[in-house]
Amino acid sequence: MADLATRTLPLSGFHGGSASASVSPAAPASRLSLRAKPDAVASLSAALGVDLPTRPKTSASSGSRHALWLGPDEWLIIDETEADLLTAAVSSGVLHSGTDISHRNTALFVKGRGAEATLNSGCPQDLSLAVFPVGACSRTVFGKAEIVLMRTAEDAFRVECWRSFSPYVSGLLAEGAEDSGH
Amino acid sequence: MTGANRIPGAGRLTPARTARFTFDGKSYNALEGDTVASALLANGVHLVGRSFKYHRPRGVVSAGPEEPNALIGVERDAARQQPNVRATVQEVFDGMKTISQNRYPSLSFDVGSINNLLSPFFAAGFYYKTFMWPKQAWKHIYEPQIRAAAGLGVSPKEEDPDHYSSRYAHCDVLLIGGGIAGLSAALAAAKTGARVILCDEQPEVGGAMHYDKSVTVDGVDGFTWAQKTAADLAKMSNVTVLTRTTAFGYYAQNFVALVQRVTDHISKPDRRLPRERMWQVRAKRVIIATGAIERHMVFANNDRPGIMQAAAARTYLNHFGVAVGRKVGVYTANDSAYEAAFDLKRAGVTVAAIVDCREKPGEAVLAEARSLGIEVLTGHSVIDTSGKLRVAGMSVARNGSSAKRNIAIDALLTSAGWTPSVHMFSQSRGKVAYDAESGSFLPGVYAQDCLSIGACNGTTDLQATIEEALAAGELMAKASGFEATGKVELQATNAFQWTGGMSGAAEGAGEDTTVKAFIDFQNDVCAKDIRLAVREGMHSIEHIKRFTTNGMATDQGKLSNLHGLAIAAEALGRGIPEVGLTTFRAPYTPVTFGTLISHSRGELFDPTRKTPMHALEEAEGAVFEDVGQWKRAWYYPRAGEDMHQAVNRECRTVRETVGMFDASTLGKIEVVGPDAAAFLNLIYTNSWDTLKPGRTRYGIMLREDGFVYDDGVVGRLAEDRFHVTTTTGGAARVMNHMEDYLQTEFPHLNVWLTSATEQWAVIAVQGPKARDVIAPLVEGIDLSNEAFPHMSVREGKICGVPTRLFRMSFTGEMGFEVNVPADFGPAVWDAIRAEVEKAGGCAYGTEAMHILRAEKGYIIVGQDTDGTVTPDDASLSWAVGKKKPDFVGIRGLKRPDLVRSGRKQLVGLKTKDPNVVLEEGAQIVADPNQPKPMTMLGHVTSSYWSENCGRSIAMALVVDGRAKLGQTLYVPMPDRTIAVEVSEMVFIDKEGVRLNG
Repeated sequence: MADLATRTLPLSGFHGGSASASVSPAAPASRLSLRAKPDAVASLSAALGVDLPTRPKTSASSGSRHALWLGPDEWLIIDETEADLLTAAVSSGVLHSGTDISHRNTALFVKGRGAEATLNSGCPQDLSLAVFPVGACSRTVFGKAEIVLMRTAEDAFRVECWRSFSPYVSGLLAEGAEDSGH
Repeated sequence: MTGANRIPGAGRLTPARTARFTFDGKSYNALEGDTVASALLANGVHLVGRSFKYHRPRGVVSAGPEEPNALIGVERDAARQQPNVRATVQEVFDGMKTISQNRYPSLSFDVGSINNLLSPFFAAGFYYKTFMWPKQAWKHIYEPQIRAAAGLGVSPKEEDPDHYSSRYAHCDVLLIGGGIAGLSAALAAAKTGARVILCDEQPEVGGAMHYDKSVTVDGVDGFTWAQKTAADLAKMSNVTVLTRTTAFGYYAQNFVALVQRVTDHISKPDRRLPRERMWQVRAKRVIIATGAIERHMVFANNDRPGIMQAAAARTYLNHFGVAVGRKVGVYTANDSAYEAAFDLKRAGVTVAAIVDCREKPGEAVLAEARSLGIEVLTGHSVIDTSGKLRVAGMSVARNGSSAKRNIAIDALLTSAGWTPSVHMFSQSRGKVAYDAESGSFLPGVYAQDCLSIGACNGTTDLQATIEEALAAGELMAKASGFEATGKVELQATNAFQWTGGMSGAAEGAGEDTTVKAFIDFQNDVCAKDIRLAVREGMHSIEHIKRFTTNGMATDQGKLSNLHGLAIAAEALGRGIPEVGLTTFRAPYTPVTFGTLISHSRGELFDPTRKTPMHALEEAEGAVFEDVGQWKRAWYYPRAGEDMHQAVNRECRTVRETVGMFDASTLGKIEVVGPDAAAFLNLIYTNSWDTLKPGRTRYGIMLREDGFVYDDGVVGRLAEDRFHVTTTTGGAARVMNHMEDYLQTEFPHLNVWLTSATEQWAVIAVQGPKARDVIAPLVEGIDLSNEAFPHMSVREGKICGVPTRLFRMSFTGEMGFEVNVPADFGPAVWDAIRAEVEKAGGCAYGTEAMHILRAEKGYIIVGQDTDGTVTPDDASLSWAVGKKKPDFVGIRGLKRPDLVRSGRKQLVGLKTKDPNVVLEEGAQIVADPNQPKPMTMLGHVTSSYWSENCGRSIAMALVVDGRAKLGQTLYVPMPDRTIAVEVSEMVFIDKEGVRLNG
């Protein structure tokens, strides 16, 4: 059987934003929900090629691969080249749990001088640079949806959410972006 | 010309910039920056509304948010009609239409004013006493009539076309109020580098400097200094200055809600702008600089149009350039009103007299009055006023004397003193304390990290206010971690330091029961009403408030509370602090529903979750039903079919050929780790050790109390990896339930849980031809019964993409559930859909799914169970591991009540008349002729027309149901009694041979 199945992305066709903040869907990526105890961190870091962060609200990146701290034993690994993360984690040989969630999540980029205000239309966290610097990440809320937020640049964020929440999240981001310039 | 009462050279508005608006259909000119109130006053219009209860003519009392009388309707277009807008706050924009309220047929002739003549019958507590009997009349006559008469404005009928926005913000120091105190504190705090937000409810900062033009700061005019300071602050990267922004709610941990009015003052707003924006600010420290509100004097007929606060008259003159009268009287207990007289006199207005109820006014103001040639009557009171739609005269008498002197006036300015605005402090749960010297309640014990400064803290001296503010700004910034690098210094001067003030009824309020000396204008509460409340036995200020409705109008008693309290204290013979103050509650001023809702409307009211295949199902004509936040395809009607026909066809097709169904919403949890089976042993009643990789099992999950909590099929993918499914509605709570137990009860297990619900699109293919349908698409999996028996799972490929293929059935037919990564769902659905078409099958929805499973007696947790059903009650004892030493609920199952006989058990019901379909929820009895109340044996949990059975089928919870098989029971309905036979729950294929195709 040939590859008949084409992908339908949850946010295909979506574009939003304003002069102060653009909101655009991210390209597909591979994602791994990684769970492990502290003694496995070094081996998993080596196997994945990115140092798993151990401090709350921090992430680590290596090229197009990102490791986001979500909890004391929980990381979200994102690879923008869609590399096989599950196999890479297994190659560590240490005790862990890896679950492929590449299709569970989808992501949006919010960029521009109004990016912070756009996120703050629905996210109650303090997103100022001093408190939420580049590389900071957090599993948090955006309006009535759960998101994982990561600051990729001073004026840019990556917003991960479950796919069925993406119309809501993108819609609220679009309204927030519109308001962020005023 | 923007009004005959506009004084050339006075005020701060620009004469060249005008706007036209209408009030009750009449057109007026205004200046840009005018409020509706200032523009009307400029045009000599004092009569702006009718009072709530007595329909008395009323005029503008204030120049701010405390306004009780001048409530108007503001209209932009048919859908944009806002009732109860304070004319003293609403800025005029070109083309605006405004209307007066609570009058018929017109403002100057209002038939409702008959209530004023009938007022002896409408004493305080009137409603409570009059409408007590007959009891029935309340619901059918009194309440509807009162509701029709109640309220001032009229709500718009159309949907609100405006949009509203919301923003969360954090800061080190939040300043509430942009008067001289707030600005000074902001300067000091901002200089340290702390993040500062300053909000002020007015269009321009400056607070009291709107009316007091004698202030200078560092040699600059106070109002000018305020604007420059705000502009300088706004330029700093660590400061946000928000005008037209009211802090309306102060919540826990310095969480303060602000509403910013963005477009209400603009003639043709940019439609991209929100009408209002809600700010939810989390501040490390809050500085409250909300100033004070001037109280009116309480005396007979003190509510005629033209009678207003003295400081309001100063604002209209000094800020808006409007003289509120040509011959004004002043009635005061406080020095501040003298300055209104001075300002007006200097502007060319005649001041008839200053009537001061004190024997000894402040010496400085007295001297100034004399030098300006203004008559001052000390130790005198205004005991009555005259005039119909506007005040025309005041009756003045020496205190204690009955000899009256009538003085003609066209405006009367009063001041009983100033009430510190402790609203925000009180909302922060701080305790106020009574200060006898100033006769006011001041911030006492703080409950949160905030500080009150300036007039709201009882500080009245200007330079002292500034020193206090600068110190507070520095202190609060330091408390947030920012050190001052240098001192901010400001020197300010003003004309007079005020003395005096009183609260409660003045001489002219009368001792008798008929004088209308108003304390609460909006709710028409008079001094006599408070006394009546005390006579009727109300001793608590909270009771007095509710009996008289004092302070319960939309202005929440900003003018009236202290007066009411003082009169109550006098009547009770107790001190003011002993009687106590009523509680201040949010919102400080009314907030629109639009702002509170902000983005949560329409599509964004709540997330609407759609499966990956939603668009394809929609294209096929599916009708969707809401299941929690999910939209699920309910049935797929074809041309000419109603729901019943469509569902019957779908049910028949699945049993005859094949059907396909979107099962993506089922909860999925990936359970991974060496102790995965051990964990599932504890969470489920079943045993999982014996389940081989590649096989699946139906599992039951209990709560600690032994009742069924959820169910689902669990597949073992590997020794250390399980694919757990849950009900659609249970997905989130089951995940939480499992995580809760894992973290608190079983932390020793090496196992982790991950929600995978949305990773997979799930397509169920069910029916005799199910295998034929998927066979051409599947790679790497032997689909034969032998290699892939019922209750198995395999990993392979379908349409070239990875799949977890389950052999399982919720219909009783041979079935597969195709799991593919969600993005591939639509393409795989299309491919399967084409094969189903070839096989003569169809897509089916949740309604057919429910019927098909009921035909097989498969339960739905939450429909056939309700949290009081044990596995045995549901005939699921087979799924409870008898040899298991432990699982969640094992002890609950042994409770006496759960093992007693006579419990309700799940059984099937067949109506004697096969065409009758029972109602779900209907009660079941043994003898329909027994006396009421009848003994209920149970109720119907599921009931359908089964096309495949050619009759109705039902499931029910019935006392000792399994012992009643074959018996006849009855379902009494309002119009008839339905006879039913108790049956087994499986209505089709009792042997289960169809599962194997």
